[in-house]
Formats: sequence, C-alpha cells, structure tokens
Amino acid sequence: METVIQAQRLTKRFGDLVAVRDVSFQIPRGEIFGFLGPNGSGKSTVIRMLCGLLQPTAGRAELDGVDVVAEAEEVKRRIGYMSQRFSLYEDLTVEENLDFYGAAYGLRPARLAERCRAVVELAGLEGRATQLVHTLSGGFKQRLALACSLLHEPKILFLDEPTAGIDPVARREIWDLLFRLAQEGTTLFVTTHYMDEAERCSQVGYIYHSKLVACGKPQDLKRLPEITPGGAEWFEVLCEETTRALGLLRDNPAVIDATIFGESIHLLAREGTDAEMISGFLRAAGWTRLECRPVLPSLEDVFVTLTRRHRAQLGG
Amino acid sequence: MFRGLWAVMWKEILHIRRDPATRFVFAIPLIELLLFGYAIEMDVKNISSVVFDLDRQMESRALIKEFESTRYFRVILEVYSDRDLEQAIVSGRAKAGIKIPPNYSRDLVNGRQATVQVLIDGSDSTTALRLLQASQALGFLKSLEREGFTQDLMAVEVRPRLLFNPNLESANFFVPGLIGILLQLVTVFLTAFSVVRERERGTLEQLLVTPISKGGLIVGKLLPYCAIGFIQTGLVLLVMVLLFRVPIHGSVSLLLLLSGIFLIPALGMGIVISTFASNQGEAMQVSVLFLLPSILLSGFIFPRESMPLVIYLLSFLIPATYFIEILRGIILRGAGWAALWDEALVLLSFGVLFIALSVLRFKKRLG
Repeated sequence: METVIQAQRLTKRFGDLVAVRDVSFQIPRGEIFGFLGPNGSGKSTVIRMLCGLLQPTAGRAELDGVDVVAEAEEVKRRIGYMSQRFSLYEDLTVEENLDFYGAAYGLRPARLAERCRAVVELAGLEGRATQLVHTLSGGFKQRLALACSLLHEPKILFLDEPTAGIDPVARREIWDLLFRLAQEGTTLFVTTHYMDEAERCSQVGYIYHSKLVACGKPQDLKRLPEITPGGAEWFEVLCEETTRALGLLRDNPAVIDATIFGESIHLLAREGTDAEMISGFLRAAGWTRLECRPVLPSLEDVFVTLTRRHRAQLGG
Repeated sequence: MFRGLWAVMWKEILHIRRDPATRFVFAIPLIELLLFGYAIEMDVKNISSVVFDLDRQMESRALIKEFESTRYFRVILEVYSDRDLEQAIVSGRAKAGIKIPPNYSRDLVNGRQATVQVLIDGSDSTTALRLLQASQALGFLKSLEREGFTQDLMAVEVRPRLLFNPNLESANFFVPGLIGILLQLVTVFLTAFSVVRERERGTLEQLLVTPISKGGLIVGKLLPYCAIGFIQTGLVLLVMVLLFRVPIHGSVSLLLLLSGIFLIPALGMGIVISTFASNQGEAMQVSVLFLLPSILLSGFIFPRESMPLVIYLLSFLIPATYFIEILRGIILRGAGWAALWDEALVLLSFGVLFIALSVLRFKKRLG
C-alpha cells in the first residue's frame, strides 16, 4: 500500500522543553489515523510540524512524497487543515468564507463555483449560503470549517479535535463525512480524546509525554504484550454494586488493575487466574447474580495501561 | 457589600503578575515622562536661521553674534542672494532670515541709522512672536549703547517681516500638523488591530496553512486601509480649508501624493506593532508607546529646534516629523517638490524599512 504520510524521528524542542521526541510513523492512503494523547503531550505540535507551521528541530517528514520543510509551499497545496479552535471569519457569511478560502488556494472562478457546490452538498450546508457564520450552531460551524478545508481537494486532511464540544448527533454526522472522504481516497489525520472515535480509526497512535508510545491498528494494540504482560488476562465482570465490587477486586492480589465501564468492570488478572476464580471470589463476598468472561481490552484499557507504565518509568 | 473583594483582588494581582505586559507597566510612564518632560518645558530657542550679510564688516559680524547670543537664533547657514534667503525659509530649513544691507557698518560708524531686515516664518505663531520680540529688543539694545539716539530714532532699526500667516493665527499652524497626527493615529490603529484580531481569533493559523504568501498577506491587508487613509486625507483637508479657513498655498496634487507616501510607513508601523502583540489589549499598549512620541516630539506642538539635543535627534526617527514638515511646507509656505523631496525620500525609506521589518517579524511559521 502506498504511504502518504511518513514521519521519521520527528523532534521539536522549545528551549529546554522537548515537546516531541523521536516520533516516527507511516500512514497509507485512504486511512483514518487517530492520534491520541493527553493534553499537552505534543499532539498539536506534531500536526503543526506536518503542516509546515512549525519547523522540526530534528527528523523529517514527507507528505505525499514531498518534504514538509524543504517544500513547505508545495505541501500546503496538498493538505487541508482544520484547527482545534474554530477559525473562520464569524463576521462573514458562509458563502464569503468559502469564496475567500477558495481564492486563497488559487481556485479560478468557474472551478471555485463548482467546488463550492460540491463541498456545500457534502457538508450539508445547502440553503445557508448567505447566513452569517456567528449565527451557526457548533456542529454547522465545524461542517463549514471542514467544507473550507476541502475546497482545494487536498489529498491529506488534518483535523485537530474536530468534534470537541459538539453534540453526539453532529459528531456522528462529522464522522460519517470523514468515512466518506476516506473511501474516496483522502488520507485523514485526526486527533481526538473520544475512545469511541479512536475505535473507528483504521490506525491509532498514542503519544504520551512527547513520545509515541504505541502505534498500530486498534486490534493489534489490544494484543500488545505490554498491555497483557506475562500471561495476564483481561476479564469483564457484569454485576450489581460495581463500585463496591471494584474496591474488593482491587484489593485482591490476583488483580493487577481494574476499572468500571458502565455496568461492568474491566480487570487485568495475573497469569493462571480464570473467570471461575473471579466469580467465585465475588460470590464468596455475597454477590449472587454475576457474569465473568475473558475479553480483549478496550482502547481505553490500552492507553491507561500504557500511560501508567510510562508514568512509572518517568517517575523512577 | 464587599463580599469576595479580597478573592477578586488577589486573582487580579495574579493576572497582573503573569501578564507579560507588566514588565513595561512601570517603565512606560517613566520613559515617556522623561522624554516629554524635557520636550514640554522647553522654551523657544535655537531657532534655525540663515544670514545674508551684504556688508561683511566687523560691525555686521558682531551683529550676527549678538543675534545668536539672544539664544533665540542659531545661524545654520550663510546665503548670498535674496532668493536663497527666502528659499531657505520656504523649504523649512530655517525659520528666520537675517539680511544685513551693504552700508550697515558705514551708517553705524557715521552716526546714521542703520537698518537690518529679519524675515520670520509666521506659520508657527508662538515661535514667530518670540522671534519678532527678540529681534526688536536687540535693535533697541543696540541703540541704547550709542548716544544721540532716542526710541523714535534708533541707531539700529530691526525691521521684522513675517512671511506667511501674517496675522499669526495659531489655527494655521496647528491644523496642518493635526492632519498628520490624526492620519497616523487612525491608520496605525486600524492595521495593527486587523492583524492582531486574526491572531486572537485563531484565523491567522488557518491562513498560514494556505498558499497565501507573507507578502500577499501583508500587502493585501494594507491596501484597503491605504484607500481609507487616502479618503480620510481628502476629507480632513476639505474641512481644514472650508471650516478652519486655512488656505493651501502649494500644490494640492503634490500634497495628496506625499500623503500617499506617508501612508506607507504609517501602515507599516501598524503591522510591525501587530507583530509585538498577541491580543488587542497589548496592541493598544504598544500603539500608544509608538504614537505618543510622534505627537509630542514631531514638532506638532513644540518647536523641535528648542528641544535638548538627545530628544531633537530622537525626533528624526519619527516619520510624523517629516510628514508634518511636508504638510506645513505645502499648506502654509507653498513649498514645492524641490524643497520637500528629501522629506519624501526619508518617509519612503521608513516605509520600506517597516514593511521589511514586518515581513521578517511576521512569523510564517508559528514557532
């Protein structure tokens, strides 16, 4: 498969602070790459370096075969960028914003009109051409921002938390749009804090404390040896009074880690522990109705485990 | 009644401590007080003057020395024709011209009344009035030194003549200068804010990922404000002529052309200011820092020649200084291109400098 985004040992220092350290990854065409990590871990810095907004201190990156530092201007024609903050002109209308960004990318009038129609249709902005942007809802603002970033038909689209702060329906609609774009061959690079969004990505990278600590398909990450060390196993326990059960389970020496997932508990148990032993332990403590079965860890389990491991390493 | 006062006050102190602008909070008033305190308390003195000495005797030399020792006049140049004498004043190089006739020393020695002519640029009424009084007092003093002369028949009669603004109306002096200051105020603020607003709202970052170039961005932002500045110039000139009754003695088209040239450094300054500020509040502070000196040190209110040397030299670094010179030159003295090309050249250089500086400072990359 053709690689469209390639980062090799990207590093960015701001004075003494290392914001991004030795980050490498490869993303094939038409994939949705989910980029995750706590706030301040270096996500936006990586995006900014890939978009040519920041110069890397070391390492290099290529987008569609073009070096982001040496040919920054060439890269700009191939990428679309939707920043974390809504960044269109609120005092202009939908149409005026589209026209401005189209002209900024050098689209000729006839082509611009054609592209405007296409992105308006794609983003579902019909009938809003003359509406002032500050009167749009959050979801529609995001759709407009997306529409603007698609005018010049970029091969690669960077989206920095595109769904932050918008309602679940609008969120679903944005993702439907992203899938459609990926199907048409656009490569998407998306940062998010939502685990359900991460699960939808074809590949995810997890950055913690300026280092890329995991990168791969969600299914592969769940099978990483660091996540289930030394024959340990993940279980899901369905029971009542989950909070009290969690406390007991955490005190059990066979349990390495446990956390609540809605009505159930996810736990990582040491080698040799099976579902029967866990249900037996809870039954002995007075639970009657419960169910326990081995599961794959969720992405949240993966990231929380990785974060703890790295925090422990950094701490000592 | 004051519930939460302490909490709010403490929070505010924390804000102030964190705010990078705080570094300048105490420095700004001190610097400006020093600058302006000196400029403001200055009396009229050391006014640039030219001398046309047709007599060239010991007596005439002594008279020039005496003019200088009043400390109102400072002879910067000697000229050799009436035309040069007047031209020095029209061009703005000098504000006074002393003409000593060929028979000055002979008349003086033979006990006849000697006359001296003093041409004074009347456009700055305050300065002109002082020079008028000083030159007449000098004539009176010279007469007292000699016997046989009364107040009616003085040994040396100094005949002052006011060029331009013969009625010494202060509006004539202040209004053209005010036009320069206002034009600068508006254009600097408009451009500085238009860039900072984009930075503040995050739209600048979006612009930087498009293929728009730095030059395209800066000039594209400047041009509309250029047009606004030009229309403003026309409007204020109209009000000046119609309402304040200050006639334009020189060429109106030259005035408009040179105003256009002044807009380049003014707008460029706005962009430079915007590169120092990350929000509109900071832009305001930096703008004031830039604009106050141009109000007080440009010669708009106080004659630059009277300022202490350091501040006088500083006034050369202010574009408004040259523009006010141009405005007064054309409007009050009817000066032409020949007298003003050097000011125009300096303004143009400032313009190029500011635009280059803004392109350099304007980080295309956010890091």
